[in-house]
Amino acid sequence: MRKLALSDEILLTVEKPARYIGNEVNMAVKDIKDIDIRFCMCFPDVYEIGMSHLGIQILYDMFNRREDTYCERVYSPWVDLDKIMREKNIPLFALESQDPIKEFDFLGITLQYEMCYTNILQILELSQIPLYAKDRTEEDPIVIGGGPCAYNPEPLADFFDFFYIGEGETAYDEILDLYKENKKNGGSRIDFLRQVANVQGMYVPMFYEVDYNEDGTIASFHKTDEAVPDTIKKQVEMELSETVYPEKPLVPYIKVTQDRVVLEIQRGCIRGCRFCQAGMIYRPIRERDLEFLKQRAYEMLKATGHEEISLSSLSSSDYSKLQELVYFLIDEFRSNGVNISLPSLRIDAFALDVMSKVQDVKKSSLTFAPEAGSQRLRDVINKGLTEEVILKGAMDAFLSGWNRVKLYFMLGLPTETLEDVEGIAILSDKIAREYYTIPKEERNGRVSIVSSTSFFVPKPFTPFQWVRMATSEEFLERQRFLHGKMKEQLNYKSIKYNWHEVELTMLEGVLARGDRRVGKVIYDAYKAGCLYDSWSEYFKYDAWMTAFEENKIDPLFYTSRERDLEEILPWDFIDVGVTKEFLKREYKRAISEKVTPNCRQACSGCGAKSFGGGVCFEGGNK
Amino acid sequence: MKARVKFSKTGTLKFIGHLDVMRYFQKAFRRAQIDVEYSKGYSPHMLLSFAAPLGVGLTSDSEYLDMQLLSADSEEDMIKKMNEAMVDEIQVVDFKLLPDTSKNSMSIVAGADYKVSLKDGYSFEAACDEQGKKMETSLNISNFTEHFRAFLQKEQITILKKSKKSEREVDIKPLIYITAFEAEEFQKKGGSFIANSVAETFENPCVVYMQLATGSVNNLKPELVMEAFCQAEHVIYNPFAYQVHRMEVYADQGTEEARNLVPLNDMQ
Repeated sequence: MRKLALSDEILLTVEKPARYIGNEVNMAVKDIKDIDIRFCMCFPDVYEIGMSHLGIQILYDMFNRREDTYCERVYSPWVDLDKIMREKNIPLFALESQDPIKEFDFLGITLQYEMCYTNILQILELSQIPLYAKDRTEEDPIVIGGGPCAYNPEPLADFFDFFYIGEGETAYDEILDLYKENKKNGGSRIDFLRQVANVQGMYVPMFYEVDYNEDGTIASFHKTDEAVPDTIKKQVEMELSETVYPEKPLVPYIKVTQDRVVLEIQRGCIRGCRFCQAGMIYRPIRERDLEFLKQRAYEMLKATGHEEISLSSLSSSDYSKLQELVYFLIDEFRSNGVNISLPSLRIDAFALDVMSKVQDVKKSSLTFAPEAGSQRLRDVINKGLTEEVILKGAMDAFLSGWNRVKLYFMLGLPTETLEDVEGIAILSDKIAREYYTIPKEERNGRVSIVSSTSFFVPKPFTPFQWVRMATSEEFLERQRFLHGKMKEQLNYKSIKYNWHEVELTMLEGVLARGDRRVGKVIYDAYKAGCLYDSWSEYFKYDAWMTAFEENKIDPLFYTSRERDLEEILPWDFIDVGVTKEFLKREYKRAISEKVTPNCRQACSGCGAKSFGGGVCFEGGNK
Repeated sequence: MKARVKFSKTGTLKFIGHLDVMRYFQKAFRRAQIDVEYSKGYSPHMLLSFAAPLGVGLTSDSEYLDMQLLSADSEEDMIKKMNEAMVDEIQVVDFKLLPDTSKNSMSIVAGADYKVSLKDGYSFEAACDEQGKKMETSLNISNFTEHFRAFLQKEQITILKKSKKSEREVDIKPLIYITAFEAEEFQKKGGSFIANSVAETFENPCVVYMQLATGSVNNLKPELVMEAFCQAEHVIYNPFAYQVHRMEVYADQGTEEARNLVPLNDMQ
């Protein structure tokens, strides 16, 4: 029998023991004796969330293609097991071999959202690895961070040995080869890190230093070691149809959030919404080849037995061969009971046709993300969706039998006025009014509109990276105002208004644009019991506030301060391709309510062309 | 067409609950490209039904599921095809086509065989009485068999059954059909014998084999027998101390007067 790190008694005591036993279908099995490098990949959240992440599946598969490397996985132990592991001093283990992570060469942690930062410290502490990189010895694993939050690594800089900035497919082979070579030559940890620092995209915080002005802003960011570069240029995979992609994804036993085959059809986005970090850092948009996707869809469905396949991208409608791909999936797999899920699809005739084929019209809903309530504000954020398009899409859908609509908005966008906020209520009502223009006998019951607002958090590497984020009070005031306006609408009974919690947003704002000094706050908050912050039932706002106070750090300095365009931002040393000049230009255009065309309409010279591929070299853009 | 699959479940997969085992089989049958019939509608699901759900923590040599098939190969080929898509800790051990008139396995379950072992690292500890005082017990690992045999000699084995509404004493003795302490002895008495059992083995010598009433009419869990035994012996019942392993599941093909338990895959 496979040995397990936890006893039967523990496993039968905790919730969902399947989170900790591994052995899922398609799990990589290797003999440690034949391995040079042990890599543990971590998603710092609960198993069901972590197992749903495509990036880890891609890297897991890629690492395990190397004969000299065994890549295993770990996720955050849930709070019940966390307690037991601390009491019994059980070291955190990897799911595959069930061996302690502290015995590994690498621990790679993906940084998908800011609210998982305390979970990172949990992983390190339970693994019995020193939390601060400076305290680690030759015996400890090298701790790597990657993923979207690595684009502002500074709040986490003290906890990581290095950050991999950019897409994972490209440079890991080189890094692992360097590691092996260094080990063979008897080199030390620091020798290796110095070599890593010279690989494009790798940021080794220990070789850099920050000085601050009296007002708390950054005076300078500079290297402390001659042998490392000044700026870190992100890694990009330009050949998305020739690179690694799992043929046999893992199939968990318990139901996870993404219980389906995920097919990433393209990476990047042409739209240029000014609030969206993904739309900037993944530039340029690169499509995967249609035949590649068909082949992978077939293989992955066969190898997993999943009953659903989902297309993944930032905006599926912009994939140039979408119709061909979707009709292929329907024709090929629908008769075998495979469900096809199409998120982020613009509502048009094609979308309605496809949706009517793959969903039960009576049960499914249409989703629009206007993000802002007025055309003026949608121009500010460069969201190309107009009221006309929304109303027409909704009407077409109503005529085809739909009667449920979901709308997503943000509150607190730059330049927002109460009129813009009221626009959310008015637009929600207009959609309902549109429905009731249909003669009663042709209607399909009552219409249901669900409007949700989240709070806008400015993110690094967006045209809004300088803007002041609204305070909690301002957010709540707008939320209350909108709630009141919703009730004034003619069809208020058909409209449901959902909102988000404000405290979490505030903290996200600090961590998103924080600097190195925020690291101590994260440490103290964690030591005070903060964990699973993204789970509202475990979020301890007061403990966080105490940590800020004790470190004499004002969270409003990071959130509600308009930054000067010339200020040195904590993430300025990272080069994402999109230039600071472009972001400034976009910011100014936003303030003057000017829309910028998308990448296929016209090139706006963002800088991503320097990567030498993707949309920048399609048709007219050459 | 109807078919019945017999499978084993062991090792770390004992931590996978019944609902997840159902999901597992749906995906496994898709991987194996078994031609299972689907329900109609927008969210079609495979027509599968399981005989007697196994609790989390238990292992088994004989679990059963019934399925509706649109086509099938020979029994041998079906087993092979299915096992190519299985994980090593769930293996298909038998496959049989059933007449269309045959009853759903879930509805006909009447008995099951279990092997209960005391796991390594556990022993018996005296329980406390109502005043919190340690009670006397002479039970230990080496005299377990003797004590268990004596326990079974009692005219009545009563246990307090708690339901939402009431508590009542029930005599479970009539629901214990056969017991034994050795595999051969169990087989001789009419219990099942499994040549290549997937049951975990322990250093600890305390083992008891039981054939118990199972199903919707009468149902007795082996854990309850162990609890009753511990109560009678004045020792603490520790639910984690026992590994329960299911060996066989039966239908009753006898008459009202005389029971005739037949394994679900051996029915005429």
